[in-house]
Amino acid sequence: MTSMTPAGDFRSSYRADTTIFPTRGSLFAVIAGVLLLCAAPLVFGRYELGLLITIGFSAIAALGLNILVGFTGQISIGHAAFFGFGAFASALLVEYHVPVPLAIWGAGLMTAVVGLVFGAPAARLKGLYLAIATLAAQFILEDFFARARWFSGGVAGRVTEPYELFGLRLDREETYFYVVLAHVVVMFLAAANLMRSRDGRALIAVRDHYLSAEMMGINLAYYRTLSFGIASFFAGVAGALYAHYLLFVSVEAFNILYSIQFLAMIIIGGLGSVMGSMMGAAFMVLLPEVVQAGADLLSGSAIDRALRLGASISFLREMAIGAAIILFLIFEPDGLAHRWKMIKSYWKLYPFSH
Amino acid sequence: MDTTLLFQLVLNGLIVGALYGVVAMSFVLIYKASQVVNFAQGEFLLVGAWVCWWMLTTWQLPFWAGFLVTLAFMTLFGILLQIIVLRPLIGEPVISVIMATVGLSIFFQALMKWMFGVFAQPFPPIFTAERMRVMGLEVQTVYIASLGVSVLIMLGFWWFFTYSKHGLAMRATAFDQQVAQSLGVSVPKVFAMSWAISAVVSTVAGVVVGVVNGVSSALSFYGIKVFPAVILGGLDSIVGAVLGGLIIGVLENLAQYVDAQWLNWGNMYQIAPFYALILILLIKPYGLFGTRNIERV
Repeated sequence: MTSMTPAGDFRSSYRADTTIFPTRGSLFAVIAGVLLLCAAPLVFGRYELGLLITIGFSAIAALGLNILVGFTGQISIGHAAFFGFGAFASALLVEYHVPVPLAIWGAGLMTAVVGLVFGAPAARLKGLYLAIATLAAQFILEDFFARARWFSGGVAGRVTEPYELFGLRLDREETYFYVVLAHVVVMFLAAANLMRSRDGRALIAVRDHYLSAEMMGINLAYYRTLSFGIASFFAGVAGALYAHYLLFVSVEAFNILYSIQFLAMIIIGGLGSVMGSMMGAAFMVLLPEVVQAGADLLSGSAIDRALRLGASISFLREMAIGAAIILFLIFEPDGLAHRWKMIKSYWKLYPFSH
Repeated sequence: MDTTLLFQLVLNGLIVGALYGVVAMSFVLIYKASQVVNFAQGEFLLVGAWVCWWMLTTWQLPFWAGFLVTLAFMTLFGILLQIIVLRPLIGEPVISVIMATVGLSIFFQALMKWMFGVFAQPFPPIFTAERMRVMGLEVQTVYIASLGVSVLIMLGFWWFFTYSKHGLAMRATAFDQQVAQSLGVSVPKVFAMSWAISAVVSTVAGVVVGVVNGVSSALSFYGIKVFPAVILGGLDSIVGAVLGGLIIGVLENLAQYVDAQWLNWGNMYQIAPFYALILILLIKPYGLFGTRNIERV
């Protein structure tokens, strides 16, 4: 990471080394980006705004998973189940007359508790054993959703209320977009802040060499479980945002393929990169759109008739997800965040790059 | 509970469990030889069964010919996967390797749905007699054949790893890659071979399941069901894989019975193995026969 900073940019104090925004320019870039996004409802139609909303809550969930996988080095193949738990929990809280803005955070906390329960094995397990344990958690939670009618409405699903703040109903894409944007900003700042705190650095130490970390006085069991709790909190909030966007939550959405999509987001975006989670989420949400556009381009042609592209578009999308994961792992294992840094440093040094 | 029913349940469990055992064995084979956890094991069954079905229906080959063509194809398939996808990832962290196989799994599942549709397709009948009587129980012939095939494969594995030159080379590689290499074993060849054997053996299991239940995307779930079996037996033990498969097979049948009689939770057949999986990981994460990793600083 430090090799990417330009020559002459030295940090001379601990404060400078742990700021969220390394340069003044990056702070302005983020503020400008958020302001630019605020203008999005004026420019885009409902469909594009819907995509942006999806990118928003996916990015929050992916960020949580990145804290678990990218920063702590624990693997989870059950993230969609926690995402779903958040969605159902928020809908349930609204049922008990909790206002929606509070229900979203309440759902996050409830999911964090469930995450801590399933994270308890994580204190003992690591690497591939943990991956298999979370795979089991995925199936057990999915089964629980289908069975517990009081919680999830069973197979029929559960209807919920739109977001309402001070008597304002924010239920259209144009308005709900701002709700998601606000949550995204808060969660990303929180994550960036966490990573420069003592706890965040402890998580990274656990990832890099857990034995050394333990010898330096970091409580492994505590931090491994904590990281599960944090990841579940992010997933829960994201799930709640999803629930109040669609206003209907049903079990089928939270299957293992969705879990894998979250993993794909952080791998494509870049493991251990906060902004990478956002880039990965955008990539994975827009990928099916690109596939759709490609199929539309060919529709009616001989290729379309021979391969039945139109009728099997959902399979093509799944294939694109699988292919994207494999291609990124082989050709760009550090993800989009790394590629972005390379491009930046290339332009910074432009004519004299060597 | 009357004893005939119990006997029937256990027998069903053993028949399905033997298949789990076969798939688990081929999973362990890849893990032992190349330290790759293959989440795409179920897709070997799926692809193999579809290819065989395609040979038999579209090309009208007799069963033995279609089956041999399928096995040849799957050998190539396994080797190519190893060379194209897994070889560039040697030395990468565990998560990359896991995700690569997960990506393969999604890709081939969708590809098979695209090529052959989402509906289950029955195999053309292979045996003339539908049912036969064994020890006073009515059993479908295909079940008996399936049990026979499973046992044959297990015996084949045992012979291969105890007596054949290649089997010994593979065991040497699993024991210590560097030492094996210095003694003239070609490690890349062993990796490719382990994937080829694993693909072929899984295909046999896939075709057997296809003959019994028809070919559909449900086959790839065998690749997930393998995890409880291998964790129970120990991730790097072939004997453990067989035993784990049998136990999980019996367990899910009994769980389904208990559920249907008393609990009525539904879907216990699918979920019980995963509860068992979590329990095993909490109590004895290295399974019955797995070697315990001793970590040194």
